Amino acid sequence: MASAREMRMRIRSVKNISQVTRALEAVSASKVRKAVAAVRATRPYATKAWQVLMHVSGQPGRANLHPLLASRPEVRSVLAVVVSGDRGLAGAYNTNVIRFTAQTFDRSPVPVKFVAVGRKGRDLLLRRRKQVIADFSNLPAAPSFADVSPIGRLVVDDFLKGEADEVWLVYTDFINMVKQEAVVKKLLPLEVGEGTGRVETYQHQRLTAAYIYEPAETEILDEIIPRFTALQVYQAILESQASEHAARMVAMRNATDNAIELVDHLQLVYNKARQQSITNDLLDIAGGAEALNRAMAER
Amino acid sequence: MPIRCEIVSQDRMVYEGDADMVLLPGAEGEMGILPNHAPLLTTLKFGIVRVRAQGQESVFAVAGGVAEIQPEIITVLADAAENVDEIDVNRAEAARKRAEEALAKGPPPDTDSYLAMEAALRRSNLRLDAVRRYRRGAPRPPRPGDETR
Repeated sequence: MASAREMRMRIRSVKNISQVTRALEAVSASKVRKAVAAVRATRPYATKAWQVLMHVSGQPGRANLHPLLASRPEVRSVLAVVVSGDRGLAGAYNTNVIRFTAQTFDRSPVPVKFVAVGRKGRDLLLRRRKQVIADFSNLPAAPSFADVSPIGRLVVDDFLKGEADEVWLVYTDFINMVKQEAVVKKLLPLEVGEGTGRVETYQHQRLTAAYIYEPAETEILDEIIPRFTALQVYQAILESQASEHAARMVAMRNATDNAIELVDHLQLVYNKARQQSITNDLLDIAGGAEALNRAMAER
Repeated sequence: MPIRCEIVSQDRMVYEGDADMVLLPGAEGEMGILPNHAPLLTTLKFGIVRVRAQGQESVFAVAGGVAEIQPEIITVLADAAENVDEIDVNRAEAARKRAEEALAKGPPPDTDSYLAMEAALRRSNLRLDAVRRYRRGAPRPPRPGDETR
């Protein structure tokens, strides 16, 4: 049994922890609000851009249309962009992304290279002895498109140079405050209906006719395909950030609740112990007085 | 039978609805899109998008982008887009002044920031132009077709 003083110190320290976690919860709550607003704001554009890309990639003769649309006959290496957080204390957020990544790519018959977005994900990938070729950590809290477009450029360049024959994107889809889901999406080459991303609400029309392009086909595809690919990465990062803050908020709320429960329990134990020691003291005094009385009477 | 028209800018949905005809500032010239148009993909210049629906016309200032046309739907992916009635004239005017002053101050530090400044100037000029021409009560332009100078 710990001494009364040790108990008091323990209670105080748990109380302090609960205050810290409550503060972190409040911080995350305000961050999640901003992140969700950012995701909601850019979602229509990203969804529409994805649809356009899908329509383009569904065109007849797509392989010859643009190098970014052409599937390679033999896939010799794969590149995966993994979006995680820079910080921990976000519940299972980072581990979920990495576990999902491992599930998806560990059985790949060809070598997989990784581009890590976020420090925690990078560290976890390195610990699993994965080949990480690039690391984009410490992104600003609310990144602009310009902040993340280098990631898009990197993957497009790697794909065009033949360093990677397929590019996949792993991130955490923000569904709501309590539900976030790790998903994987094929970025390059563009193909219709690959991956486990959000189900499109818009029903795909059957495209039989080829597009008319204005200006020339190559010119317009050269402009929009790399750009929209980078945009998908951007949207994935926004979704992941919203998910991270939501996960952290929930984790911190649980931690606060647990700390309060622990304080209650410790307080009860401490009170019982204190009462017990008072009772013991009283018994000692009563016993002493009794013995003294008896001695006096015998005399 | 109307054609569905959606205008999205990078940060929000600007317009969503059915239209009888949509006029777009295509890279190779102004184009009018009617329902059942053949599939078409075009880049857009800085200019005006006009959506006609049931005798009403909504006008948008669009700072470049891409438009995808399907027989039943037009999707405008604009780098920036605003309804003409929502443009804050004072803000646009102030932005134009700022950009002009910055450009007049001499050579900017690097190409990127020069391009950013120039784009800002073009955007504010476009906004002001759009308001001048298309805000309700303002005089109509003499000829259609010269609104995307």
